[in-house]
This record gives sequence, structure tokens and C-alpha cells, in this order.
Amino acid sequence: MTGIFFDMQDHLLSILTFAPLIGLLVILLMSGRAVNGIRWFTLVLTLAIFLVSLSLVSRFSADASGFQLLERAEWFSTLRISYLLGVDGLSLWLVMLVTFLSPIVVLSSWRAIDDHVKEFHLMVLLLQMAMTGTLVSLDLMLFFVFWELMLIPMFLMIGIWGGKRRIYASVKFFIYTMAGSALMLVAIFYIGYKYSFDLTLILQEYTLSRQEQLWLFAAFTISFAIKVPMFPLHTWLPDAHVEAPTAGSVILAGVLLKMGTYGFVRFAVPLFPEAALAAAPLFKTLAVIGIIYGALVAMVQTDMKKLVAYSSVSHLGVVMLGIFTFSELGVKGGIYQMIGHGLSTGSLFLLVGIIYERRHKRMISDFGGIMHVMPLYGVCFMIATLSSVGLPGLNGFIGEIMVIISAVRDHVVWGVLAASGMILGAVYMLWMVQRVFFGEIKHEENRGLKDLSLREALVMLPLIIMMFVMGVVTTPFTSRMTVSVNEQIVDRIETVRVLQAMDSDSVVAHGDMIESTKDRHSEDIVNALAASRSSAARRFDPGTVAGPSTDGVPFAAERRQRGDGAP
Amino acid sequence: MSTVDANFLVLIPLFPLLGAAIIGVLSLHAVARGKSPARPLVNGVACLMPALSFVFVCIGYFKLKGSGAEGAALAQTLYTWMEAGAFKVDVAFLFDNLSCLYLAFVTFVGTLIHVYSIGYMAHDEGFARYMAYLNLFMFSMIMLVLGSSLPLMFVGWEGVGLCSYLLIGFWFNDEAKASAGKKAFIINRIGDFGFVVGMALIFIQCNGLLDYPGLVSHVAANKAVLGTSGVVTAACLLLFLGCAGKSAQLPLYVWLPDAMAGPTPVSALIHAATMVTAGIYLVVRMGFLYILSPTAMAVVATVGALTALFAAIIGFLQYDIKKVLAYSTVSQLGFMFMAVGVGAFSAGVFHVVTHAFFKACLFLGAGSVIHAMHGEQDIRNMGGLRKLMPWTYWTFVISWLAIIGCPPFSGFFSKDEILWQTLTAHHNISHGLAVVLWAIGFVAAGCTAYYMTRLVILTFWGEGRADEETRKHIHESPRSMVIPLVVLAAGAGILGFFGLPHVIVDHSVVNDWLLGTFTAYGLPDADHGAAAKEWAMMGCSVLIAAAGAGIALLFYVKKPELPAVLLPKLKGLYTFIHNKYYVDELYEAIIVKPIFRISKSILYGIGDVIIIEGIVNGVAGLMRDVGARLRPIQTGDTRVYARWIMGATILTIALVFWLAVV
Repeated sequence: MTGIFFDMQDHLLSILTFAPLIGLLVILLMSGRAVNGIRWFTLVLTLAIFLVSLSLVSRFSADASGFQLLERAEWFSTLRISYLLGVDGLSLWLVMLVTFLSPIVVLSSWRAIDDHVKEFHLMVLLLQMAMTGTLVSLDLMLFFVFWELMLIPMFLMIGIWGGKRRIYASVKFFIYTMAGSALMLVAIFYIGYKYSFDLTLILQEYTLSRQEQLWLFAAFTISFAIKVPMFPLHTWLPDAHVEAPTAGSVILAGVLLKMGTYGFVRFAVPLFPEAALAAAPLFKTLAVIGIIYGALVAMVQTDMKKLVAYSSVSHLGVVMLGIFTFSELGVKGGIYQMIGHGLSTGSLFLLVGIIYERRHKRMISDFGGIMHVMPLYGVCFMIATLSSVGLPGLNGFIGEIMVIISAVRDHVVWGVLAASGMILGAVYMLWMVQRVFFGEIKHEENRGLKDLSLREALVMLPLIIMMFVMGVVTTPFTSRMTVSVNEQIVDRIETVRVLQAMDSDSVVAHGDMIESTKDRHSEDIVNALAASRSSAARRFDPGTVAGPSTDGVPFAAERRQRGDGAP
Repeated sequence: MSTVDANFLVLIPLFPLLGAAIIGVLSLHAVARGKSPARPLVNGVACLMPALSFVFVCIGYFKLKGSGAEGAALAQTLYTWMEAGAFKVDVAFLFDNLSCLYLAFVTFVGTLIHVYSIGYMAHDEGFARYMAYLNLFMFSMIMLVLGSSLPLMFVGWEGVGLCSYLLIGFWFNDEAKASAGKKAFIINRIGDFGFVVGMALIFIQCNGLLDYPGLVSHVAANKAVLGTSGVVTAACLLLFLGCAGKSAQLPLYVWLPDAMAGPTPVSALIHAATMVTAGIYLVVRMGFLYILSPTAMAVVATVGALTALFAAIIGFLQYDIKKVLAYSTVSQLGFMFMAVGVGAFSAGVFHVVTHAFFKACLFLGAGSVIHAMHGEQDIRNMGGLRKLMPWTYWTFVISWLAIIGCPPFSGFFSKDEILWQTLTAHHNISHGLAVVLWAIGFVAAGCTAYYMTRLVILTFWGEGRADEETRKHIHESPRSMVIPLVVLAAGAGILGFFGLPHVIVDHSVVNDWLLGTFTAYGLPDADHGAAAKEWAMMGCSVLIAAAGAGIALLFYVKKPELPAVLLPKLKGLYTFIHNKYYVDELYEAIIVKPIFRISKSILYGIGDVIIIEGIVNGVAGLMRDVGARLRPIQTGDTRVYARWIMGATILTIALVFWLAVV
């Protein structure tokens, strides 16, 4: 035993990933009739995991380059697949989001899930393991295993505990996302056997040819874009959300969707920067279409869950737009928006679930005036709404403003379109609030509705606290992203830009620009890059890219603030 | 700009925030137990907090004055709020001459209105929620003014919008009222869209700077480059879109009249005295940028002037006492924008201050009347209140004289200064345009006198038109409501002497004070023009006001039969104005309905349900069909399989031979 505890510090990520599995085995041994025992056990376990995960934040160094808390072990050495875990600024807060939401999900399902309680909690734990694993895997095969593993419990959750059309929704969810993954698997095999499965190794050692990048990027992004979901691959989402039980919706909105956007920042962009740069206009276009289309369609929904689901399409569009501006501001904003959306939309689904539990209805027209009978609930709903529409002081604003500013900088059209989502967001959310909460009570049967119970208040409280915290204090979150965002995304794209500029024989022009920015290091990188370009292996060490940007924009400082970034 | 550290600045917004938190918790706690919180405690906290803010604003004033240096400012930085690359926003406060003046009247008038609210909300169950919102509003408004950068102003900007939304829809069981709140929020969001994009453009154009001191010096150093940049014009116009939303200017003014659904003290505080002037604050705050763009200045001034006239005319035919005042506010805000648009920043701000007093007083007076008449708001059912409510009447009269521009009340000096500065403007705007704007403003001033006089006559003069039952209960309001009225009326009466025109004193107090901020903007020296001409124009101002008031007297006192005679001849025009030019209906028909219909039937109905889902389900269906078609192959009959094998073998052999031959 002492040995295990001794090692705990070195295997923090493994512990976070597999602790749910241990809990799962324990629950398997418990009697299915001991429902409260199972609930309490799962709650305590997920809480304990959350507490342990706090040490992840404290041990994470904001200044360190590359991946941290690495764990490496031989796995299938003949297949060159290894067990490789690590965390960096891109995944840190998403891992925290998973561990934070899990106990909330368990507590929120206390009453809602009455049959197959044991199986339900098995699924929750399995899902937590798969999600954590997806976020910390640095071996492509290992990542894929966890990625696919996420599908199964979610599929069952919708299919077993879902609403009327649950079979249709769950099959649709499964096949849709599965279809995307198939191509990714092929791409992973290609990379694995041509180069390596080890993400850290590929990122450091290899630069793929343009042709390879384009194909592989396409294969990866289809899978990710479905998961996000990007317009026009989004139609599985409203169905899945509407049919899923509350817990499923919360996990789906809170974390699963972010796996898509996470895939972009973790794999698609860093591995295939040239392709990502080439595809950026397409993705930005789809992102802004998603923002506006999602909002407009949300506006005309009559089902509260469907409305929130479509609002996710809109919000995730903001995330995608931020990522594809390839600037520190935009990517950070995108990641912030991912976390923020997890909190606010997660809360909204919980809140809709709370009222659904009472009335077994969730059409907007089934309510009206319920502020009179459920004031506390109304206050919570209002705060979640305001967070969702991006009111400053709450979490939603931070990511949104960062993305909008970086989008305007990228091209004013993106910025204007993204910012118009701000208006529409207020329209559909406030209109829903208006119709559900204000006015006189429209249906007599709503008069007897009970306000939040203590348990429900406890479910909402941490979420609401975090909405305020993340709206008021943001640097503890963003400062831990800085190094990774720059290393993984900004610098890689910048390198491609510089190389492309050189390819198109505009070296002289660029040199002039560098001259004009009066930066001493600039020429050094260009030279270093030229050298790396000409070398047959086309291998480059990110460390040589230590100078400022060369695109002549007065934002060189942004990409270069950290002097310690390069190894 | 030199700044002096002042650690107490944070207290100014903190007190009301604390108040909102305390009252909010008390209120929620009480709600959870199904009781009301203790009234004296809630009222005490609610009034104390903004009062404390006011005290610290005064301390700040003396410190600022004591620092001596021209253009000095107090500053405090708390922590970094957001940081990503070049984008860095500190939670920091800037207390300069401009923000000092703004904060002084905001906290002062705010405190008075809190006191007034004690009486006004005395019979309302939701008073604690109300007070919490009101304190939260004070916090947001202070943040808006005191924040030292555009993003922080945006925090306040959205905060006041939220409080406005919550307070307009305060009586949410009336769906129309809740709906008015929603309308206000959404229209303001259109403005906020402009604010955010404009802010982004400034960020890009000005080297990632967003704080005022940094921007002022950057702009001063790069005047030549920025002056020729279309981006500056675009940014200024986008910011002005924000102003048009918040300060209810054309074409986004439509929310303000509806906002009168809120409790009357709220209308006084938020929709007259403070929040709606945030747009003027933004333009003045960013004045150093606006003066680089003559186009933007011309737009601001023109929109202001047009709004001033447009809204004043609507005011002619409104019968709801609060709606008249609402359109009057829109109109007065137009005057302020006209002033800042021609570069007369001090005159604009001075009118903001005097307007805060006389309009708050008018609204509170109206509230007092409504309170006494048990919610009656239609002036056709009022009249004869002069004797019954003497305090309300006399304070109302003082404010009326102020707003119509009767010397020596405050409104005369501030409005006349605006008209005079417009007439003589030629630095930031072409002189020809300035003269046209002046003419519009001049006519609008006459209209103001007309509709305000009409309001006073119908409300207070003549015989009472209310029913017996209501008349019996009409009484002067309690002391907590009367005292604020008296204080505000006093302000409305005498504040003008702080901004006397140049022909009377060389240096007006307000103008000199604000120079502390505006000197750094590099504004060209104001041209004072000929003294004789200025006296003459002052005379004209008085005459047009008298004319407006006179016509109202003629129509409603001397010859009440006259309107009835004129009306049939102007039936079309009357209906048109009475229905507010059908602007709301127009917006509904050309914007709201089409967007909704397109979203519902085309985007959702066709795009999502038919096309995308059609393809998705179509692919799934296709797979099923193909499977179904292929199923007969799997018959399980060995002879059939043997035939397949036979055929395939022959085909393979044939292929091999063929390949060999070729």
C-alpha cells in the first residue's frame, strides 16, 4: 500500500483517469437494490476525485514548456503503441471541468433516475474515465480508444434513460459520431506507422508534407467537427439532448462537445498546421454560420431543451472561430469559452431538468409565470441565462470578448458576424425566460410547483459560484494556457506562414517588413527557418522559432511575451 | 496626464455592490422562508450605501483639487482582469475632473432617489428586491464612469442595462411590463454590438491600448496617422451606435418610452438622470478620438439634433404623464449629443448635470402624483392638483421653468449654451451644417416649452377631472418623498450659475473644471463670437420658449375649444404623430417579423428539418435499402451459392486469360 501512495504523486493523471474504474468495479459488486448506497458511494468517489484533481492545478507549472506530469509506459510495443499521459495548458482546465461536473451530475440524478440505478452510475463513472482519458492521452491510439469509449456509455444513457424517441436519438448519435471516427482511425494508423503514435515525438521530430497534412487533417476534422458540432453536422445534437436524461445532457453539453474543439487544438491544428491554415477560411465561415444559424434556429424553438441545444451550436461556433484565428487572444478566448459554456449550458440543462422532473414537460408554452412559485429557481435560471448571453462579470463574457476582438483583428467581417451573435443570444434566451417565468401563472397545475430543494440548491450553487469567479478573476485560468497556446498553435501556424512567405519568393518583402518592425531577433528566425526549410528532413525545432512574428502587425509583443517559452 | 494613487477609489463602487449583496441575500433568505425581510434594515442599507459613495466622491474631489496640477487624476489599479497577448485589461479606476463631476451628480441624485423610493415602495411586497436592484444599478453606473478603460466601462454599461431590464420588468406578473424590459435589453444589445466592435477596432488601431490615459497619449502622438484613417471614423460611429442604444437616440430610441413600465423612481434615476446619459459620457470620454473624425462628429450632432426635434413633436400628443417625460428625455438627450457633436463637450456635460436635476425632479413629481392618484397616469384624468399637492406642484413648476429654458433657472443656461455653441461651431463640423442644426435645435426648444407647459396645465391647473373616489384620497406625499423633490428642485433652480455664459463671466465654474480633462484632448479654443450676438441669441431663446409656452396656454387655458376646431383639419397628421410615427410598427414589420419567419420556416423548417435531416436520414435510409436489396442473395440455399461460386470462378479465369493475352 505504501508503495502505491508513494507513487501517487507521479501517477496523478493515471489516478484521475482510472479512479472511476475502480469505483465502477466496486459498484459492480454492490447489490442493485442498494440504490442509496450506490448513489452515496458514487457521489463521495467523484467528490474525492475532484479534490485530488485540485492538486493537478497546484502542481501544474504555468511557465513550463511542453507537457507536464508525463507518464510513459510500454504497452503494445510490437504495435508501437504506448501508454502515454500528460497534460498541458490546453487540456488542464477541461480535465478540471470533468472532475468538477461529475459530482454535480451524480447529485442531480438523485431523484431523476429511479430504475437501473446501478447501471446508471456505472455509466457515469465509465464516462468520466473515458473523458479524462481522452483529455490526457498523448498517444494517438490510446486517445482513440478513450475517444471511442466515450460513445458507449453515452449511447446507453440516452437509449436506456432517455425520452420517447430515445432509440432513434441514441442510434443517430452513435452512428453519426462513429462514422466520423472511422476516418480518424485510418489517419491515426497512417501517422502511427509512418511516423509514430507518440504525439510529443511527432510534434517535435516531424513535419508532414502538405499533401499528407491535407488528407490527414480532413480525416481528423470530420470526426472533430461532428463532435463539436459544426454547422451543418449539428443535427444529431438537438435530438440527443432532447431525448437524453438530464445527466446525459449535462455531460454532453458540459464536456463531450468540447472534445471536438479540444481535438482541434490538441491534434488537428498542431499536427497539420499547413492544412489548418489552408482550411481556416472554410472553418471560420462555418463557425460564423454556426453562430448566427444556431442562434436564429434557437430563437424559434418551442422546446426548452432544444433551444438550449441550438444555443450550444451558436456558442461552439464562437469557440471554433477563436481557434481558427490562430492568435493567442483568440485561442485562449476559445478555450475559455469552452469552459464557460460547460458551466452555463450545463447549468441550463440542469435547470430544465429540475422543472422537467416536477412536471414532465419542457415545452415553453407549458409554463409561464412560474417566477411566482419558484423564485430561487428563477434566480438561478436568470444567472445562468446572463452567463450564457455573455454579461460582463460572469464567465461567458470573457471568452466571447476575446474571440470577438481577435476575430475583428483577423478580418472585420468575422468580428461583426460573431458579435451579432451577441444580440441574437439575448433575444432567444430572454424571450424564453420571459415566457417561462414572467406574467401571470398560465396553467393552474403549475401553481403547486415546489421551489428548489436543498439538494437542488447544492447542485446549482457550485456552478453559480464558478460563473462569477470565472467572470471576475480570469488570469489564474488564462495564464496557465499561455505557453501551450503559443507553442502548440500560434508558433506552429506562424512558422508555416513564414515558410510560405519565403516559398512565394517574398523573402525580400518580408525582410523589409521585419526591418520596419525594428526587431532584432526577426532576422534570426527567418534565417533559422530558411536553414530548416532547406534541410532535407524538413525538420524543425520549435525552439529555434524564438523571435517575434514577422507579419508586420504591431502585435509582435503578443506572441512573444513569454521569453521562457522556448526550450 | 499625471496620476496620483488613491486607494479609496475602490470604495466608491464597492459600497453599493455590498449593499446589493446584503439586501439580495436578505431578500432570498426571506423568500425561501416565505416572509418579508425587515423593512427598516433594508431601507437603511439601501440608502446608506450610495450616500457613502457620495461622501467618498467628495473626498476624491478635494484630493483632486488639492493635487493642484492641471489635468491631474486620481487612479487605482486593483488587479489584472483579462490578459491574452497584447490584450490586457486591468481592473483600474480613473478619477479625473470629468468622472468626478459625473460621479458627484450620479451618487447625489442616486441617494435622493433611494430615499424617495422608501416612501414610494412603502406598500410594495417586493421592496427588498427593488432596493437590491437599485443598489446594483448604482454599482454599475459608478463602474461605468469610474472604470479607466473601455472594457471596464462596458462592464458598467452592461450592468446598468441589466438593472434597467430587471427594474422595468419589476412587476413581472404584468407581461407587458416584463416585455418592455426585454425590449430595452435587446435594443441595448444592438448598441452593445456597436460598442464591442468599435472597441475592437480601437484596440487594433491603437496598438492594443484600451485605457483612457494610454489612448489619450497614443492618439496625441499619432494624430496625423489616425486622423486620416477610416478606421477611426468607423470605430467612433460604432461606439455611437452603442450610445444611440443606451441614450435612446434615433433609430434605437424606441425602448425608452416603453421603459416607463418600471416604478417611477426608476424612471427618474435610470431613464432620465443617469443611465441614459452614459452615451454622452462615452462620446466625451473618447472625445479625443471623435475630434479626429469630422464625419463621426457630424453624425453625432445631426442624430442628436434630429432626435431632439423628432421626440419633442411626439411629446405634443402623449397623454401618459410618464410618456411625455420619456419623450422629453429622448429629446433632451438629443440636445446633449448635438452639443458634443459640435465639439462643445463642456456644454453637453453641463446639460447632463442640470437635466439630471430637473428631469429627476419632474419624474419624481410625476411619481408623487401617480402615487397620490393610486396609479393613474393619464393626464386627461388629472387636473386641479395644484392646491392638493402644493410641494409637488411648486417643485414641479421650478423644474418646468428649468426645462423650458426660462432664465435664471438652470436649464436656460445649459440649453442656451448648447444652442450658442452650435451656432458658432466651425472647428469640428462645417459651419453650414452647424447653422442648420442650430435651427433644428431652436425649434425643438420651442416644442419643449409647448409640451411641458401643456403637461403642467393638464396635470395641475384647472378643475380636477378625476372621479370622486380618487379625489377624496389625493394627498401630499410623505416626507421621504417630498424632501428629495425639494432638494432636486433647488438644484434645478440654481445650478445654472455654475455654467454662466461667457458674456457674463469670463470663466464658468463647470467649464473650467472640465478643462482639466479636456485640455489633454487638444480641443481647439472655443470661439466666443461677438458678445452682442450672444446676448441677442439669448433673447431669442427666451422668446421661443415663451412662444411655445404661450401657444400651450392658448390651447389649454385661454381657448380650450381651439384644439377641437383645429383637430379635424389636421386629422392625418394628428394620427401620425399620436401613434409615434408608427416606428414600432415599422420595426416589427420590416425587422422582427421577417427575421422570425425566415428563422422558423426557412432556416429551421427547410434548412435543418428538410435539407440536413433529409440528407442524414436519407443516407441512413439508403443503407437500409441497399441492405434490404442485397438480402435475397443470402438465401441459405447451397445450390444458389454454388451457382455464384461457379459464375465467379468462370469470370476470374476469363479475366486472367484476358490479361495474359493483352
